[in-house]
Amino acid sequence: MDKNKAKYNLPDEKGYFGRFGGRFVPEVLMNAIYELEKAYLSLKDDKNFKEELNFLLKEYAGRPSLLYFAERLTDKIGGAKIYLKREDMMHTGAHKINNTLGQVLLAKKMGKQRIIAETGAGQHGVATATACALLDLECHVYMGTEDTKRQKMNLFRMELLGTEVIPVDSGSKTLKDAINAAIRDWVTNVETTHYCIGSVVGPHPYPMMIRDFQSVIGKETKKQILEKEYRLPDVITACVGGGSNAIGIFYPFIEENNIKMVGVEAGGLGLDTKKHAASLCTGGIGTLHGAMSYLLQDKDGQITETHSIAPGLDYPGVGPEHSYLKDKGIVEFTAISDEEALNAFNILSQTEGIIPALESSHAVAYAIKIAKDMSRESIIIVNLSGRGDKDLEIVEGVLC
Amino acid sequence: MLNPISVSEKFQELKEKNETALILYTTGGFPNLAESLKIIKTLEESGADIIEIGIPFSDPIADGPTIQESSHVSLMKGTTLKRIIGNLKKLEIKIPVVFMSYLNPLLAYGKEEVLLDMNKNGVSGLIIPDLPIEEASEWIELSKDYNIELIFLITPATPPKRRKKIIQESRGFVYCVSVLGTTGIRNKMPAYLNKFLKDIKKNSETPIALGFGIGTQKQIESLRDKVDGVIIGSRIIEAIKNEENLKELIANFKEATKRQK
Repeated sequence: MDKNKAKYNLPDEKGYFGRFGGRFVPEVLMNAIYELEKAYLSLKDDKNFKEELNFLLKEYAGRPSLLYFAERLTDKIGGAKIYLKREDMMHTGAHKINNTLGQVLLAKKMGKQRIIAETGAGQHGVATATACALLDLECHVYMGTEDTKRQKMNLFRMELLGTEVIPVDSGSKTLKDAINAAIRDWVTNVETTHYCIGSVVGPHPYPMMIRDFQSVIGKETKKQILEKEYRLPDVITACVGGGSNAIGIFYPFIEENNIKMVGVEAGGLGLDTKKHAASLCTGGIGTLHGAMSYLLQDKDGQITETHSIAPGLDYPGVGPEHSYLKDKGIVEFTAISDEEALNAFNILSQTEGIIPALESSHAVAYAIKIAKDMSRESIIIVNLSGRGDKDLEIVEGVLC
Repeated sequence: MLNPISVSEKFQELKEKNETALILYTTGGFPNLAESLKIIKTLEESGADIIEIGIPFSDPIADGPTIQESSHVSLMKGTTLKRIIGNLKKLEIKIPVVFMSYLNPLLAYGKEEVLLDMNKNGVSGLIIPDLPIEEASEWIELSKDYNIELIFLITPATPPKRRKKIIQESRGFVYCVSVLGTTGIRNKMPAYLNKFLKDIKKNSETPIALGFGIGTQKQIESLRDKVDGVIIGSRIIEAIKNEENLKELIANFKEATKRQK
């Protein structure tokens, strides 16, 4: 067995995955993140908490999600069998609900009255607003004005759910700036407020905790593929912005041998342009939003602006655990362009009647790319992290 | 080595004069580099005891709107950490200069490289607002090697045990944050402030300075017996933006730092 994989037990007690992770936040937040870590560690194996969360995931959110054999897509491409892990069928339309139910329930147990969150595509915002409506907590979501424009429907959904959406007009007006604004709110209201981060980014314990909440995806996938194919897959692929759906499906397979795991970043208009969001494929190491990780920056350490057709991938950083997995060669990372993602969006819609989120379309595109050179006995699993209803306007704008 | 006097020495000197240190912040490169260098000189000449220069960063999460905007303007004008350091020496500042920089620009410059260049160009202290003591061990060691006093922050949300640890590590002064929140002017200081300052003062042999929210003479007068220094940032940036008479403003601030027996 690969020595990097044997007994994978990260992060360490300081929140590090090798040299990545840590807690690079203003002093005012340190006590809050220690309290959060303590609460999470004491509740995560607590029987009542687990039962309550599992109940919500099953009876409310609709778990387990299906593992679906995309036969028409497979036939069209003419190579490996392509399976889709249908996170798009979860309540609110994406995997994000796995995390928000966990975090909001935890915050409630900690006695917090107020939840804040950032959102890019709006999926995490909607999932947080939903969990807060259900569990009766006050909710405020920060969203860049670039995204409030291109994901209008999700903005309205949050408002319908009783959440206040606060537009963020600074910087690139996208996910990164929404996170900055949320952190500033948290710094000010730290005693009453839980910051419900939407991806495996931020200071320890967030990357660990959110991974744990999302790893339900991979655990189910493992069981389901063994039931259907009596063996594990050859390839697992998922899109990576911050990386929560990807770590969710990869994590339970990390100690397995002979599975190629591939994270797909946003290639935007091309990696040779500056218009992309591929932090792992092209970035350098630095600190942003509380963690040491790969990120897109200039030579002076200023964070650079990103581009992706998929708002949920439009982020210059990435979860520290992915940075570790890249360095150790446990997961491979590649990029898919806007155009390839759009093409995959169309192919999946027309062959399977499944309209994927533009984020997830990146992973579908990668599967399409490699499947044709693999045998029919091979198996690829794509984490279909979200559905595309939210993206119709963007796609309409490009196609028409 | 150029810096004639360290942050610690400055506090010692002011203690003997029965004055509270006036620490004035400005964003390096705001409104542009040339103007900014003039402003730094004006701060010195008008009565600042210590100057804090903010290194602009694209994502200043601990800063309120005023400093955020100044940072953004500075970056748009092409300011870099290198250009700020490179232009300091010729100003021949005779009071201590402290940098306030988020971690990432420092990492991009190189840990030892930046400390060496700071030292060579007369900078005597460094504040890194997103570097808590847990992550700082290497910086604590290196800053000693290069004779840079590394200053840490304590906030009202910092529990008592942790306050002691931070006091132990902080050199030059302990940066006390008055409020829960980001930088920016506030009309009222929180009710717990006196107790907070007393507790830190009691435990600290290192001088303590209070920052965040201070912007009037009156506030300085009410604080001068409780702290060894006051830090004024957003108010200075606003004065620059509004083209106020900086000299007069600062002279009044300095007057307010002189304790009545």
